[in-house]
Amino acid sequence: MEKILLKNLGRPESHTIGSYLGTGGYNGLKEALKHAPESIIQMVKDSGLRGRGGAGFSTGLKWSFIPKDPTVQKYLCCNADEGEPGTYKDRGIMENDPHLLIEGMIIAGFAIGASVSYIYIRGEFVFGTRRLEAAIKEAYEKGFLGNNILGSGFSHDMYIHRGFGAYICGEETALLESIEGYRGQPRKKPPFPALSGLYGKPTVINNVETLSCIPGIIEKGPKWFSSIGPEKSPGPKIFCVSGHVKKPGLYELPLGTTMRELIFSHCGGMLNDGKGVKAVIPGGVSAPMLNAHELDTPMDFDSLAAKGSMLGSGAVIVMDESTCMVKTALIINRFFSHESCGKCTPCRDGTPWLTNILKRIEYGNGRSGDVELLESLCTNIFGRTFCPLGDGAVMALRGALKNFRDEFQYHVDHKKCMVS
Amino acid sequence: MFSDKAKEEIRQVFKKYPNKRSAVMDVLRIAQRERGGHIEKEDMEEIARLLGMQTVDVNAQAAFYTMYNVEKPVGKHHIQVCRNISCSLLGAENLIKHMEKELNIKVGETTPDKKFTLSTVECLGSCGTAPMMQINDDYYENLSAEKIDKILKDLK
Repeated sequence: MEKILLKNLGRPESHTIGSYLGTGGYNGLKEALKHAPESIIQMVKDSGLRGRGGAGFSTGLKWSFIPKDPTVQKYLCCNADEGEPGTYKDRGIMENDPHLLIEGMIIAGFAIGASVSYIYIRGEFVFGTRRLEAAIKEAYEKGFLGNNILGSGFSHDMYIHRGFGAYICGEETALLESIEGYRGQPRKKPPFPALSGLYGKPTVINNVETLSCIPGIIEKGPKWFSSIGPEKSPGPKIFCVSGHVKKPGLYELPLGTTMRELIFSHCGGMLNDGKGVKAVIPGGVSAPMLNAHELDTPMDFDSLAAKGSMLGSGAVIVMDESTCMVKTALIINRFFSHESCGKCTPCRDGTPWLTNILKRIEYGNGRSGDVELLESLCTNIFGRTFCPLGDGAVMALRGALKNFRDEFQYHVDHKKCMVS
Repeated sequence: MFSDKAKEEIRQVFKKYPNKRSAVMDVLRIAQRERGGHIEKEDMEEIARLLGMQTVDVNAQAAFYTMYNVEKPVGKHHIQVCRNISCSLLGAENLIKHMEKELNIKVGETTPDKKFTLSTVECLGSCGTAPMMQINDDYYENLSAEKIDKILKDLK
């Protein structure tokens, strides 16, 4: 497949505007400015692009919810708070091809009538921040940002807002709170950000990879985009592969590529010869793991949902037969417990409780009834919180219990691990 | 406490937002950098005055975000090792133990000469090059015990 999102990675000076313009950069923006904003939204709708941040919602539809009243201030926010364990695609784009994102953002801003945009980037990404700062400066110098962009009458300013260590700020309303100078805790919805978002104004929040798809859609047309991959999940997708494979890394492939193909054709197979696949987390740690018998599942929104998991961020974590699933569940749960924002009791108190139980099972102090207690706690957290963080913790643990319940029980009964 | 350079930086930050409050994260970050890696209570008071906020409110922001080291000085080199799943699958725990031994401190501690602080953190978004760690602003990837020894030696 022709690379779209990662096409400039590996090119010398790929982060500079000179290099970007040399490969046809900003042609999408030039084309967009010839159209009415509504027709840009229609093109994005027609392309079938679904959000790459995890939820898979139609991007064009999201944009169309923004009120058309030109007197109302509107905002665009780019969610670059990439924190789902296993995920590092947005960082790849921002460090190596920042102009692709910036171009996509200017087009998105034009389509929804936003004069200001913020890139919310996680605080640890210092290098990516520097690259973006330099790229934004270059874009201003070339007249792609600022007043009256390329003589179109459209003006747009772009700023970076640095996070400072809070996974929850990847949740879109927590992200808005954080930009406004508050603790990053999710807001009650409705109202949805499209009507009342940043500073109470209509706001679109899109992921880095989503926005990076936009220049291509405008330049080459929605039909070109929708012809890639399956009908209901079209377009390229960056898979971030990590764990027990020979060649981990970023792989841009059509949605619908199977896990088997990804691991064995693209990633060079399993890291340790003789140790086969035990489980794969297909979309970041919130996505329930699948087992070795499910490797032929196509990796797209709908096929993974049908298996009870999700595409999420496209972070594929591969675990071989030597992996202890109790330890894995503990590490993942500890993460959610650490990142719970404290707003809702089921998540704030429930996730550390799960961690404590998992710890005692892992360290050989499990009590009879602990596995059932885990399940019961899951029931009391799932669906009872403001935002999906608590749900993510439950989905991950349920995925492990569904596939490897015996292993948990063995730990409890024998006070030791059955694999290592 | 803010240097002239920092004050100018803060003036630029104010231009990004329609109100001063939105600048709180940037200003806290600048304050932390000015002090060499942590924030003191008195800094909060000054930031509160600058932004027209209550001190307790500034404190609440600083306490929420894990990268602010509130009243917790860190060494010249703040080592933050990822302990999340992708790094763990490739041996992060052993590397953490190795570093504890090499630096002769436990996770969460600072060496007596104030050169190194060792922390563990959740995923830093570098999972394809696991195991990894961050020292101050920089990422160190595809780590092994040998590689760590060299990195530490160069910093000592």
